[in-house]
Amino acid sequence: MTTATLPEAAISGDAHRISLIAGLRDTSVIVRRNMVRNVRLPQLLIFATIQPVLFLLLFNYVFGGSIGLSLGGAYGGKYINYLLPGMLVQTAMFSSMQTAIGLTEDLGNGVIDRFRSLPIARSAVLAGRTSADMVRTLFVVSLLTIVGYIVGFRTADGLPKLAIGLIFCVLFGFALSWVMAFVGLAVKTPEAANSAAFLPLFPLMFASSIFVPVDTLPSWMQGFAENQPVTVLADTMRGYVLGQEFLSTSPRSLTTLSLFSMFWIVVILVIAVPLAVRKYRRTVA
Amino acid sequence: MTAPAVRAENVVKHFGDVKALDGVSLTFEPGMIYGLLGPNGAGKTTLIRVLTTLLRPDSGSAEVAGVDVLANPTGARRRLGLAGQSAAVDEFLTGYENLEMVGRLYGLGRAEAKRRANDVLERLTLSDASARQVKTYSGGMRRRLDLGASMVGRPDVLFLDEPTTGIDPASRIDIWGLITDLVASGTTILMTTQYLEEVDQLATRIGVIDHGVMIAEGTSDDLKNQIGGAIIELMVRAGNRERVMETLRSSTSQEPTYDPVRDLITLPAPGGTADLFCVVRALDAIDITPLAIDVHKPTLDDAFLALTADQEVPA
Repeated sequence: MTTATLPEAAISGDAHRISLIAGLRDTSVIVRRNMVRNVRLPQLLIFATIQPVLFLLLFNYVFGGSIGLSLGGAYGGKYINYLLPGMLVQTAMFSSMQTAIGLTEDLGNGVIDRFRSLPIARSAVLAGRTSADMVRTLFVVSLLTIVGYIVGFRTADGLPKLAIGLIFCVLFGFALSWVMAFVGLAVKTPEAANSAAFLPLFPLMFASSIFVPVDTLPSWMQGFAENQPVTVLADTMRGYVLGQEFLSTSPRSLTTLSLFSMFWIVVILVIAVPLAVRKYRRTVA
Repeated sequence: MTAPAVRAENVVKHFGDVKALDGVSLTFEPGMIYGLLGPNGAGKTTLIRVLTTLLRPDSGSAEVAGVDVLANPTGARRRLGLAGQSAAVDEFLTGYENLEMVGRLYGLGRAEAKRRANDVLERLTLSDASARQVKTYSGGMRRRLDLGASMVGRPDVLFLDEPTTGIDPASRIDIWGLITDLVASGTTILMTTQYLEEVDQLATRIGVIDHGVMIAEGTSDDLKNQIGGAIIELMVRAGNRERVMETLRSSTSQEPTYDPVRDLITLPAPGGTADLFCVVRALDAIDITPLAIDVHKPTLDDAFLALTADQEVPA
């Protein structure tokens, strides 16, 4: 038997940590991998798009009549103008669930174990996943905006402001993706991830200004509804796409709304990122 | 002075009340295939996970290629490759893309990652399928690709957790070939398996693990010898049986026993073939020709069953 020897020099010159540059490179490799999956598994994109489009059409045509009436002459009397900005935020929220489901799939088939055995930054796998999901969210909300235009939505202040609104929306989805990364790693199976992810999203979604103005909600709910992130984000969107017509009825100015939105996005990230990375380091399939 | 390929000392890992590893120690030198045997739930996978930095043990220490996996997991990851029990390859990427991605994650530049991915695909005889998405691959091809992914980083020590479980015999032979090629080119391999013939064929050293404890260690022959030497089995006509037993007793000073179920006389033969000749001569002298005679060497199966049977603990 011949005995091979290990290169001694290689052993001594060891970097314990991954440099920032290397970490970013690892992340970009994983972003690319996840984006390729999005393109090659078109069902993901199709269903991610069909569902919000259906929601938008159903809500607009089913509730549009009665709610539109109660909106009075505001928003050109068109519920779609009120609804679409909120639906964009809702879509970003649902889109973040895919982060949880995708991670549980990677856990189940051993891909996470492989990644964890490679000399890459601890955050790279999660950052790669959440970033790729952010790109997907951007695609879906853009498409939904186009559908909104087709059924009568119009911005008040032009495309640049609409773009800023969409950026807020997508960043909010990105922050929620990190929450969902934690959820996915904690529950470990796609089925459980699906139910677990809905739990926090549903009350936030309905006790918000997505579908109806907050002042139509029961008074005990209003304090929560006005300040919770979904309302703040939805109102910020409206501030950017509906302009003065919305802001004149809003207790907050566009600047306040934007800062409040950024506050929520940062708070969610500051809590969720370390939790998710910690969970990742300890999760074995 | 070279570091051992793997050095684990007194590794303990509990999952709740279950002692997955109850103080396992294991050391072996580079350049060999080390086979880790054990029944399901013995702790094989847990030990691999500790050694590949996936799992932190409750206590104990472990090094891979001289790097402490607990103090410097990133350094250890640069030295090791892992192919787990499931084929951890991405269905929607092509075979080439899977390997190139892993190469990039090992820190290789684009050109080098591409070169190595193509090299490995060729070695795996998957070049023709390299541009196809993995979802079109057969089970055997996936396992080969998964093994390939663990080779791209040219690790010093490769950990293979049941590399041939659940694949067809032809693919198994392919993977055996790959494993022997890898060792010939200087890689050290720690593999687990439930197939005894696999370690018997491939492994230089074998460890038997059960209930989280290493119960035996050595070469295949060491383990076989641990349960005793060879046995001679012979079959004779019923009328001759008493005379044969008497002759065997006097000529070999061993105690023959008769097994009525198989209608065989068995006789311990510590001298192996030499004892067989002695028996043949003695029977020839009394003019009896046995209907059948055979020297039966203990197999690794015999050794494994004997070793793990001692450990049987009621659940």
